[in-house]
Amino acid sequence: MTGVTFSRRSLIVTGASALATGATGLMVPARAKGVAPTPSMRGGSNNYRPGAPIVDRIGGGGFWMTGTVRRAGDGAPLPGQRIQIWAHTTEGHERDPQSHGATLTDANGEFRLEMPQIVPAFGQPHGHLAYDSGEFETVFLRPIMASSKDKTLAAHFVLQPA
Amino acid sequence: MILAVAVPIVAAANSPLLAWREPVYIVAGFAGVISMCLLLMQPLLAARLLPGLSPVTSRHWHRWCGLALVAAILIHVGGLWVTSPPDVIDALLFVSPTPFSAWGVTAMWAAFGVALLGFARQRLGLRFRVWRLGHTSLAAVTIVGSVVHALLIEGTMEIMTKWALCALVVLASVRALAKLRVWDVRRRA
Repeated sequence: MTGVTFSRRSLIVTGASALATGATGLMVPARAKGVAPTPSMRGGSNNYRPGAPIVDRIGGGGFWMTGTVRRAGDGAPLPGQRIQIWAHTTEGHERDPQSHGATLTDANGEFRLEMPQIVPAFGQPHGHLAYDSGEFETVFLRPIMASSKDKTLAAHFVLQPA
Repeated sequence: MILAVAVPIVAAANSPLLAWREPVYIVAGFAGVISMCLLLMQPLLAARLLPGLSPVTSRHWHRWCGLALVAAILIHVGGLWVTSPPDVIDALLFVSPTPFSAWGVTAMWAAFGVALLGFARQRLGLRFRVWRLGHTSLAAVTIVGSVVHALLIEGTMEIMTKWALCALVVLASVRALAKLRVWDVRRRA
């Protein structure tokens, strides 16, 4: 054992640089999982009505809610998953039953549901989406439209088994 | 003055968003707009900057506008609560996803504090200038909080008139603070 001697100075320098590297996030512990699960967003579950029916379209349509559903870890697309969608639109408030609907993901884990135009409510044009079917952990999302004139909004789920 | 207040209200009354809102939500929104208009009145009245009003009349109007402001805030928050309770609960608990909520709630509590200080001025027994520094400091929190709150919101207020009204509120406040020299708490010689 030769050569590994720490002076007070080198100890401080080494320790500080290790701390600094750690703080920047450059030093990460090896992760077993590849794709991290999507956490629920703040306010995502507001005005949720469990059990929204699967519909071809919410109301008169004209606006598209799109997205994907994948499995945490390997990122595999999850077909047949039920995604519930609601928002304040030109045809109703978030709390109104007619503002709620659900759809299923296709073979590629993608979903698309036509709904009325989302309009700004409570200060932001936003939508709500839920995965709440039990097989995976429940996730509530609350994506915001970049512009209230947008005709589409996307939200993506990565679910982990319950 | 009348123009500065009327134009933003009329502009908001023409908002297309109103067509898709229930009456209680519309009332709540306009209570917010009116609150901002009252926030323009308050510093002008406090510093007697409005022409044609005697100091006593100014003081009286300042009191009534303050009371109206508290009422308007209560209608604003109450109306939003009826419209969507979970969103208002999130805001009051400072866990809302919308950044403007915390500014608004902070401004609300500061406004209630300002009003309480106004009510309790004589009972508190503070020296006038010390009391005034407290009253205006909290009022400054209300004004900054309300302006940021309003500017971050995409709502019924039309964008140009909203910025103009907010700029006027800030200008009036700075002018009032400067005229009264509220930071000077020394006894008058």
